[in-house]
Amino acid sequence: MTALPTRKLEAFRYADIDALASVWSELAEPEIIDIAAQQKLQQIWLPGGDDVQIRRVELTLHAGASAAIFALNTASRYGRIELDVTLHDGADFAFDAANIGGGEATLEIVTIVRHVEPNATSHQTIRSVLGGKAAGSYLGKVAVMRGADGTDSVQSVKAMLLTRGATANAKPELEIYADDVKCAHGATVGELDRDQLFYAAARGLDPAGARALLLEGFVGGLWGSIEGDDQGIAALARNALRSIA
Amino acid sequence: MLQITNLHATVANKPILNGLTLSVPTGEIHAIMGPNGSGKSTLAYVLGGRPGYEVTEGSVTYTPLVPSEVEGRVSTTLDTNGGRGIDLFTLEPHERAVAGLFLGFQYPVEIPGVSYLQFLRESLNSQRRSRGEKELSGAEFIRLAKEQAALLGMDSDMLKRPVNVGFSGGEKKRAEMVQMGIMAPRLAILDETDSGLDIDALKAVGAGINSIMRAPDKSVLLITHYQRLLDYVKPDRVHVLSKGRIVRSGGPELAHQLEREGYVEAAA
Repeated sequence: MTALPTRKLEAFRYADIDALASVWSELAEPEIIDIAAQQKLQQIWLPGGDDVQIRRVELTLHAGASAAIFALNTASRYGRIELDVTLHDGADFAFDAANIGGGEATLEIVTIVRHVEPNATSHQTIRSVLGGKAAGSYLGKVAVMRGADGTDSVQSVKAMLLTRGATANAKPELEIYADDVKCAHGATVGELDRDQLFYAAARGLDPAGARALLLEGFVGGLWGSIEGDDQGIAALARNALRSIA
Repeated sequence: MLQITNLHATVANKPILNGLTLSVPTGEIHAIMGPNGSGKSTLAYVLGGRPGYEVTEGSVTYTPLVPSEVEGRVSTTLDTNGGRGIDLFTLEPHERAVAGLFLGFQYPVEIPGVSYLQFLRESLNSQRRSRGEKELSGAEFIRLAKEQAALLGMDSDMLKRPVNVGFSGGEKKRAEMVQMGIMAPRLAILDETDSGLDIDALKAVGAGINSIMRAPDKSVLLITHYQRLLDYVKPDRVHVLSKGRIVRSGGPELAHQLEREGYVEAAA
């Protein structure tokens, strides 16, 4: 077992170290997922019931493979999703994830996406909705190795703060050693739109219902590309939003 | 239905309404016309309860006709104070909608990620819950929405799209009228519903207002810049708003006179 990380480590700068310490001794090694060439994977990561939930995954996509991962991060105290992705020639990776929390929750999504060969695509969409004194973070690094031309990478990171005490951290990071690449990233932090709230009120929607509906609209787009059964992720996200709206 | 008395209101501490007095009896359609900056939209927003619009003086009394029974239950939230009316400013914006007031927006708001069907169904059911009425099921609501969309000549598939996102100006205004049909209000305050409409849309919107709101127990306050909508929706009274107060009132012919002579002369 390695030593407990400290906040001096970049990937843990916003972590709840005390919460991490409470599970550190039983924390498993990262789950390894290897997708063979031309194969497809879809996974839906639902929150569990524990107040501290940590998921660590190392994902490798071989040539032409594709993976779509949907994640809901809502632990009541500390939720952390770590994802280390390696993309080979022409691989296609999509990650749609939400941090939703209130109270004193610390919710983190930490990703590294390594484009090691040409023509791979990666598309990350992260939405955070934070109330109470919750803090939500996205630390996302996209590394494009030498020769990985034709890389196409997008990081879209948006957070909605419902209270003055809530915090959002967004740190999209690019490290590019190839010439012909497209790497887009955008990060915004905002609050509910007053014009939208008044419009909903003018149609008779009560304030809590209006906030919940607008938040669902903010997060709901994440689950639109799930193929088949969504395993209840949309409903769980809706419940989490209603509990903090 | 609506009695506005000596209404003063400010926006960002700037006085916009300066002693506006107006009465709209039940069963009538009144038009308010006036030049830009006369306070037309402010009046609409004050009546709708938009945050940031501060009433500094005066009163607005709202007296909807109350159906004696709603779905077998006596309605409690539409208590009109023994027929003396409700002080509108004691109601939150959503409570005004529950009480049967509908505000048609000059600039309908876009809500990405929320479909029109979901938005309207949740809004209508929130109103119905507050009034002690039974909520509509998904199927019942879709039937109602399709019926009202057809009435306004709108493709009901548009209601599957996010609220107003990618709608043209005319489509947004038609959608406002579809919403009005679904909500079936007692009093509609329509803020420049005619702006940005081509002639076909204008006819459709006019026909929609007539069929939804022309009834002995309903009233409309139609706020408009131009006379042309009044060719399709015949008002019982026309009022001229200037510098935050009503400076002239008359029958439908006043609208034509304004169109001919302009506001300055007519208001003089």
